[in-house]
Amino acid sequence: MDTLKHQTSDSVAGAAGLKRRERPAKDLTVELLVQGAHCANCIAKLEKGLSKFDDVRQVRFNLSTGKLTVRGDSLRPIALITRVEALGYKASPYKPSEAVSADEEGERFLLRCLAIAGFGVAFVVPLTDATQAVWLGVADMGPATRTIINWIVALIACPTSLIAARPFFRSALRGLSAGRANMDVPISLAIVLSLALSLYQSVLHSAETYYDAAVMLTFLLLIGRYLDLRVRRRASEAARQLVAMQAVMVRRIDADGVLQTIMAADIRPGDRIVLAAGERSPVDGTVESDGASIDTSLVTGESAPVSLARGQALHAGSIVLDRPLTLHATAAVENSLVADIARLIEAGQQIRSRYVRLADRAAAAYVPTVHITALAVFVAWWLFLHASFATSITNAIAVLIVTCPCALGLAAPAVQIVATGALFKRGIIVKSGDALERLAEADVAVFDKTGTLTTDRQELSNRNRLNEADVRDAALLARASRHPLAQAIARVAGAGPVADGIGEEEGAGLEATVGGETWRLGRADWVGGAIAEAASTTLWLRRGSNAPVCFQFEAPLRPDARETLSELAKRHISSQILSGDRSDAVAAIGNALGGVSWKSGVGPREKVDTLNALKAEGHHVLMVGDGINDAAALSLSHVSMSPASASDAAQSAADIVFNGASLSPVVASVDVARQSRRRVLENFAVATLYNLVAIPLAACGIVTPLIAAIAMASSSLIVTVNALRIFVPRAAH
Amino acid sequence: MGLILAAAFLIGVCALAVLLWAMSSGQYDDPEGDAARILLDDDEE
Repeated sequence: MDTLKHQTSDSVAGAAGLKRRERPAKDLTVELLVQGAHCANCIAKLEKGLSKFDDVRQVRFNLSTGKLTVRGDSLRPIALITRVEALGYKASPYKPSEAVSADEEGERFLLRCLAIAGFGVAFVVPLTDATQAVWLGVADMGPATRTIINWIVALIACPTSLIAARPFFRSALRGLSAGRANMDVPISLAIVLSLALSLYQSVLHSAETYYDAAVMLTFLLLIGRYLDLRVRRRASEAARQLVAMQAVMVRRIDADGVLQTIMAADIRPGDRIVLAAGERSPVDGTVESDGASIDTSLVTGESAPVSLARGQALHAGSIVLDRPLTLHATAAVENSLVADIARLIEAGQQIRSRYVRLADRAAAAYVPTVHITALAVFVAWWLFLHASFATSITNAIAVLIVTCPCALGLAAPAVQIVATGALFKRGIIVKSGDALERLAEADVAVFDKTGTLTTDRQELSNRNRLNEADVRDAALLARASRHPLAQAIARVAGAGPVADGIGEEEGAGLEATVGGETWRLGRADWVGGAIAEAASTTLWLRRGSNAPVCFQFEAPLRPDARETLSELAKRHISSQILSGDRSDAVAAIGNALGGVSWKSGVGPREKVDTLNALKAEGHHVLMVGDGINDAAALSLSHVSMSPASASDAAQSAADIVFNGASLSPVVASVDVARQSRRRVLENFAVATLYNLVAIPLAACGIVTPLIAAIAMASSSLIVTVNALRIFVPRAAH
Repeated sequence: MGLILAAAFLIGVCALAVLLWAMSSGQYDDPEGDAARILLDDDEE
């Protein structure tokens, strides 16, 4: 426990950073991620419940982010988690990485710049010549007053836009020093040049100043930049929270035989771990006790449980079904994925990172066009029309100002933030910023079977062939057990009586004496049933000397699986099933879904090969899967989704994670993705149209500051309103 | 005219300063939580 305490408190202190240096060393700040708290009562319950303890000095729960910050002396995160769980919430330690706090700092910086730019806009716009003409009447002002106001505007506009535009200047400099001209280069040029030009005009006492354009440019572009950062931060935050939620506790047997609760991340090879029935193993290891049934569906896709003998290997992600089991860990958590799968995941992610976002593609076309146009305008005026140097440069700058990509900068981020926000409310978490763009391109959907098309719960499947008395009698025993198969029988039978004096033989079954007879419900070899139907999952019931009755189980299809596949087909996305399960089980599902093409017995590597083959045919594959055996395929596919019940590996590899028992989020996400793609393209069209009109006007030298300002604001407004049109279908229930 | 401008400028700067102060003192950190906290009864211990 001691090593753990030090380790955790060090990292927590690192995260608390500044705060800690100001206070004595014993004072600690611990951050926990809390799940399930949504209202004022939850805040009160958490804060009052925790501040009762002596070592807690201050508690603050942030409802917006779900983070609980606790200050106190020698706090132990594990003890805190236990206390939060006692209050009825799920908690896990949260350690912000350096990248995250840098992002947070970046967001604050942008917001501060936005506030300054907003101040500038509110001041400069009402005072410029163009606006004054509207609300004061030019005639009222003598030239001296106009000059004074002009200089006041300059005094406000220059510092505010130069201070507020720092994010663009920095990014432009970074781009230039790397030898590339990014979108921020023309932006920075437009801001600096319009200020310089306006100052020059002010000195000449001319009315043609562009101060308002410079300030408004900065303001509108900062809004786009801020939205973009929020989308990306929300996505990475969602991904991190998923990882943090997976930080499970395990019980380790120490050398002195004492059970110690530790974080799964602190398991070392050689540790002995106790797994209770129903728990998922966080690490690879060898089994130290005989006969437990293991559900390996997340690892292999095989739906029937396997029975493991002492000394056999157990992979991370396997679930212990019936009896507690002692595991000798052979690897730490981070090394516990089968090495092959881990390598495949990494390879897939590298391929995917080559995807170029729509906005970047637009910018790549935009930047050279603007620079060349501005240069051409200058050359044309100076050399061919023999205008003065000042007029030529003024018109070239006017081109730079009016083409400044306000609408372009807002087009994609505004759509993204509306779309991801709407999906989030439906329990669909988008984990990477460009996932929706890639999803919009998908034309083939590949589904895993176990846990994806089917639920992760076993249900009684041969109910029709059993008579009423069989089910009623089995339930008499089954209601006493927490074994998943027994519970499936109890669910079918409904509420009812329980037999007296039931004994549970671990790993075998249940036994009781009913009406003088010995009744047994359990494994075939223990009850005395025939093992002919060994391929499926079974329980047997024997009443006294009667012939035993067989109960068969299988994981049923998710309720809307068939509907989902037909909805996808309507959207020209064809579906297939790739499963690691036996062929008869997969065939049954394939038929139930109306003859979907399927492959069975497919290992992780073959799944990757199948996806590569589809990709070679020019398809964009949407992979939906939940198992560790799917993780590599999920990371390699064009875009991927996994249910929230999926293995840790699958959730980390997937782009989108959805909650709930239904598959309808797949269709909803596709719809939203396609809609947002359409909205983004429409927005680009608006921006292009605007430029097609504005550039010739600017090049001819007839864009007055007023026209530039109106055009800029209205195109940005159109783009934003268009983004808000995204419609998210409601959940069916 | 000059006086009005100066007054408006000062008011604007004050508003900007207040906004920047509110941001740096964490008043925008948890908008949802602040909305919910108003419902809590502090007196009852």
